[in-house]
Amino acid sequence: MPESTDRRPGDRRPDDTDTGLQRVVSGAALTLTDVTKTYAAQKRPAVDRLSLDIPAGEIVMFVGPSGCGKTTSLKMINRLIEPTSGTITIDGDDIKNHDVNELRRKIGYVIQGGSLFPHMSVADNIGLVPGLLKWDKKRISERADELLDLVGLDPARYRDRFPRELSGGQQQRVGVARGLAADPPVVLMDEPFGAVDPITRQRLQDELLSIQRRLGKTIICVTHDIDEAIKLGDRILILREGAQIAQYDTPETILAAPADAFVEDFVGAGSALKQLNLARVDDIELRQPVTAVLGESGADVRARLDAAGETAVVLLDDRRRPVGWVFRRSLPDGPITAPRGAELLRVDRQATLNDALDTMLASAYGGAIVTGSRDRFRGVVTFEAVTEHIRSTARDATGREPGVAQAEAAARDGGS
Amino acid sequence: MWEFLTQRWADVAYRAFQHTSLVVQSVALATVVALLLAVLVVGVGRLRGVANTVSAIGLTIPSFALLGLVIPLVGIGTTPSIVIVTFYATLPILRNAVVGLDGVDDALLESARGMGMSPLASLLRVRLPLAWPVIVTGLRVSTQMSMGVAAIAAYALGPGLGGYIYTGLSQIGGANALNYALVGTVGVVLLALVLDGLLVVLARLTTSRGIRA
Repeated sequence: MPESTDRRPGDRRPDDTDTGLQRVVSGAALTLTDVTKTYAAQKRPAVDRLSLDIPAGEIVMFVGPSGCGKTTSLKMINRLIEPTSGTITIDGDDIKNHDVNELRRKIGYVIQGGSLFPHMSVADNIGLVPGLLKWDKKRISERADELLDLVGLDPARYRDRFPRELSGGQQQRVGVARGLAADPPVVLMDEPFGAVDPITRQRLQDELLSIQRRLGKTIICVTHDIDEAIKLGDRILILREGAQIAQYDTPETILAAPADAFVEDFVGAGSALKQLNLARVDDIELRQPVTAVLGESGADVRARLDAAGETAVVLLDDRRRPVGWVFRRSLPDGPITAPRGAELLRVDRQATLNDALDTMLASAYGGAIVTGSRDRFRGVVTFEAVTEHIRSTARDATGREPGVAQAEAAARDGGS
Repeated sequence: MWEFLTQRWADVAYRAFQHTSLVVQSVALATVVALLLAVLVVGVGRLRGVANTVSAIGLTIPSFALLGLVIPLVGIGTTPSIVIVTFYATLPILRNAVVGLDGVDDALLESARGMGMSPLASLLRVRLPLAWPVIVTGLRVSTQMSMGVAAIAAYALGPGLGGYIYTGLSQIGGANALNYALVGTVGVVLLALVLDGLLVVLARLTTSRGIRA
């Protein structure tokens, strides 16, 4: 199995694994088998035999050109559109076995702009599905407050407001809260952040990721924005007309090894650059340069540098925090002191490679110093390591047996 | 004039009460009928054209003519008044209800469906409340119109201030002819204004703060 597809989302967001927390999964696995939707007036099916495995607790992004059937596919999951044929199961349970309204109450549904009911207060909007599920009043209002808190809105201030008294971003937050209200294992999102400005969108995306880290729902999200898909998705499903799978894989693999010209076109130019937003400094091997602790004799350090064939040394204080990066010729003969002047540029181990490259460009040493917890020195990230990382991701992705459909490969991963 | 009023004060007040009662009851009945029809029309797309045509044509029928058609069927007295007033009152409410229910954003309705609301729940909790301001406007138009129609319906010896107007007409040239006609007409106008004011208050009380203008 290629290494890249074995990755779990946690790998991409090291802050989870860092703290030693297990990844939370409260979602359910979804399987679509030969799902087809044909409209009477159309010759070609809108969705033609779509088969797909969606692992529990992951965010899967549906992307594709308009009219490719991504929204139709999404709406078949909560039966807003009934499939012509094929089966959809949630945790192995065929969705057709359930009353349609009861099914929908167990599937969160978030659409563009939040689509809040304007005549209901924020709390009533959020409490709608719990109300349909006949929760008692107290529990509903507690739940509404809890969710407002989760999406970053002060319950005391916002619960009694009406949607028109909220900004677009706040409405969208309430929309997400409403989708999560009855704690559904599966949440469907249809262009959830399409109606807000780019800065708000980015914040909402970050918030969704942090909520997802805590909840581990299975989230299926339709978007037309490939950058959003790369940012949010654990997996991305790229569809062409008739909901034919062009590629179904992790963002890393899709960027590094697009299945064909269609995907390449769709992902667009600069995919190598987009890749840099996915990978963290932690993902690549750091170079261990010669280091010296303050107070050591300059002559000793020079000898070490010569032995290693290097020209610059990283200076650390007594708690191994980097304080300077100096060339051999600038070393004093006596004890080394902390260099004065400009602050030492460094990057956190959790920074994206994009951030790291930024820092490297500002550095004279062909790399950037990486620090870990409590600012302790971990090594140096170099241009070579970054390019090597991009190359190896591409190699992993293309290293598969040719002729195997991406979806099948992904399906096997999901089942393993 | 003043003398005329003071002599008949009790009768005027009683007729005003009857007039109002006729209109309120008929409009209430009309509202129920119109809402049921509107829900049916909105649910079955093909009926929309029919409903609009019926409302348009219905309003062009002179009420006096319709009265002539109704009397042979139900006789004279209060019944023809209720039939006529209800008929006319239904039309503006029906029209506004169809427009209002149609005007609810499809995305909201789909959202309601997607959240697992039954069609009835979606109608009662989403569609009607959102269409309500438009429906109440229809209700106000309908009430104003009904005040006038009720006056005409008095021709069939129905209740209300219309009787004064007809008495005035039949006694043209007589001593109190103008007084009868004036008291009847001004009374209807005043009642209409009062009722409209009450409806404005009702609209405010029954419309969610989230969609109030």
